[in-house]
Amino acid sequence: MFVLVVGGGKVGYYLAKELIDSGHEVALMEKDATRARQITDEIGSIVIAHDGCEGKYLGEAGCNRADVVAAVTGDDEDNLVICQMAKHHFDVPRTIARVNNPKNEPLFRHLGVDELVSPTRMILGSIEQDIPVHELLHLAALGEGELEIIEAHLQAGSPAIGKSPNQLDMPEGCSLFAVVRDGKASPLRPDSVLREGDKVIAIGKQECEVLLHGQLIGDPEAVTVG
Amino acid sequence: MKIVIVGCGRVGASTAELWDAAGHEVIVLDIVTRAFERLPSSFGGTAVRGDGTDEDVLRRAGAEGADVLVAMTEGDNRNVMSAQLAVEALGIPRVIAKINDPVRAMAYAELGIATLCRTGLMVDAMNAQLGFPPSGLPTLLTASGHHKTGAHADDAHTHAPDGADEASAASRAAVEA
Repeated sequence: MFVLVVGGGKVGYYLAKELIDSGHEVALMEKDATRARQITDEIGSIVIAHDGCEGKYLGEAGCNRADVVAAVTGDDEDNLVICQMAKHHFDVPRTIARVNNPKNEPLFRHLGVDELVSPTRMILGSIEQDIPVHELLHLAALGEGELEIIEAHLQAGSPAIGKSPNQLDMPEGCSLFAVVRDGKASPLRPDSVLREGDKVIAIGKQECEVLLHGQLIGDPEAVTVG
Repeated sequence: MKIVIVGCGRVGASTAELWDAAGHEVIVLDIVTRAFERLPSSFGGTAVRGDGTDEDVLRRAGAEGADVLVAMTEGDNRNVMSAQLAVEALGIPRVIAKINDPVRAMAYAELGIATLCRTGLMVDAMNAQLGFPPSGLPTLLTASGHHKTGAHADDAHTHAPDGADEASAASRAAVEA
């Protein structure tokens, strides 16, 4: 595959390096001449020392024959423009953007960027996983963001304790598929009985959340805090 | 009309002054407070320090319900993003983005944003002054297309307010996630 990486910061640098190691053809665009030289010295002449946001230089870098364009600069607006230019002007089949402001994700998706990677959201997710909460925890979004993988930590007061999935009234289009108990994950069978402390992993549409919350966490007032 | 101006440089400040004096409701944003020194003391609009590529900042500045947004910062991409946020997230019906790179100026006009290219404007102004033929570079391009080729794009564009609701709903969902 020919991968065009735009942005020669740490992310772009290590990405290019790993891709080369896996045998892919890589071109890296970095507008800062000093940084570009430094990368050239370290990993060879794959660097185009020009601004990847500029149409002319994207063309010169071979954007029109790229299989993938990865825009990994530190600026969301640059990453958006790089992906849009790649997609609409150079017909690149797959574009990937680094997104720093998680709020930009819907806009990027809406404007046709194929894949988004948000370091901010990932770190946020890790932090939230460590904080005990009586709420549903979002683990990942699937597809266009319509489906979500959600974790529910069953604590005292949860209406699901002592019941099995087939006794629960699950919203349509939502299923419970795994349970994490004592640090071990196992598939959730229709007749498995849920216990306090279980972490139930569900997949479903965003709209199902309220119902799912009621079934697994319980009525907010009924939950004993602490 | 309610007009949002992103970037209070010479062009931004001049238009802010002019349109305010003409009786329009003007909101001008810049990331540097000093930029507002370009505005005359008679300026009666709103000046907000903040990043015009940030949806929250635009909303807080009161950009919702604006008729026009013009993105006039020094960064082509910042202008592009601000204009696209205005259309997609805020449902502002008319936007103009200054894009000095001719290739991007043409590409974004095709993607549904009116673009203003200083390169083409200056080159052709000089050509006209010197009696040379026009360059063919873009100057002011009106929006000629959509950002997307999919069927969904049509809905989003013919019903701009719906599209905006959808975008903000998606944005809220993303924040919750």
